[in-house]
Amino acid sequence: MCFSTLNDLPTVLSSRSLARFRRVRPPSSVADRPRLKAERMLATRAFRLVGKRALSTSVCLRGGHGVAKVEDYSLPAYFDRRENPLPEIKYVQDLSAEQRSLKEKEKGSWTTLSIDEKVALYRISFKESFAEMDKSSGEWKSVFAGILFFIGFTGFVVLWQRKYVYGDVPHTFDPEYKQKELQRMLDMRINPVQGISAKWDYENNGWKK
Amino acid sequence: TQSSAVVETILSCCRPQYHSPLAARCYSHGKQETDEEFDARWITYFSKPDIDAWELRKGMNTLIGYDLVPEPKILDAALRACRRLNDLASAIRILEAVKDKAGPHKEIYPYVVQELRPTLSELGIPTPEELGIDKA
Repeated sequence: MCFSTLNDLPTVLSSRSLARFRRVRPPSSVADRPRLKAERMLATRAFRLVGKRALSTSVCLRGGHGVAKVEDYSLPAYFDRRENPLPEIKYVQDLSAEQRSLKEKEKGSWTTLSIDEKVALYRISFKESFAEMDKSSGEWKSVFAGILFFIGFTGFVVLWQRKYVYGDVPHTFDPEYKQKELQRMLDMRINPVQGISAKWDYENNGWKK
Repeated sequence: TQSSAVVETILSCCRPQYHSPLAARCYSHGKQETDEEFDARWITYFSKPDIDAWELRKGMNTLIGYDLVPEPKILDAALRACRRLNDLASAIRILEAVKDKAGPHKEIYPYVVQELRPTLSELGIPTPEELGIDKA
């Protein structure tokens, strides 16, 4: 809503959102006053209208119950990322007295700082250096070992099942039965061109050499 | 020149084949920002006398997001901004980030450090190698 012209006022008041504040309509002689003062009056009146509604939602009226608790995850967080070299917050938030004095020393010339002090300053602001955050871990070895372990374990489970869970196989798996099956297939000349009967030597009653 | 060859890394498909590291826009027409304009813009950004910590972080993180290694003169301005903010750790971090940005092009980082050596000595900024934090 723009309050830059006097003509805007009637539309502002007649809008549905401000319908309940109609009784607080400003005086009609507003147009007679100097433009700047009138606009300021418009603005203050309009803000008062808005303020009336705002007050009903304000915290004070509700006794402070409506304020949401600030959750940890909504606050700026520290994280080491290659693509975000300078995180929003320092790593160490609560400085010891020693660290605080070091921070004071940092305000002077950095040439007076020793190597250890410089490292200490770095470690206050950052958790891991680029080399540390980029380094690979040996996790793949654990993962691979775990995979092999569980495959082995599955093998054990399968063997146990074969012994204790599954019953006997049907009699059709007996070697004698299988022999009779094969004889029947050969008698029927199953796959005589390139398959099983083609490989059988019927003259010598054996497999072809 | 050696420096512009150093700055150029991978050119994206939508960019023409002359040096133009502005990653924000890919025009098929329209004015492309030149290397010098890009550098000047960033030097101006970091050279702001009353730069605040947020602006330094924002600038650095944005610059690292681009597909290029920043020119030594931009980094010089950034390091001086760190000095104004009394933030030695960020200065070291910037150097680390530059080395990381160079990726497989191992010759870029030593060149950058060589160019920045006067500034580093003047301000007393150590390189990550001098501190021993370049090894995990």
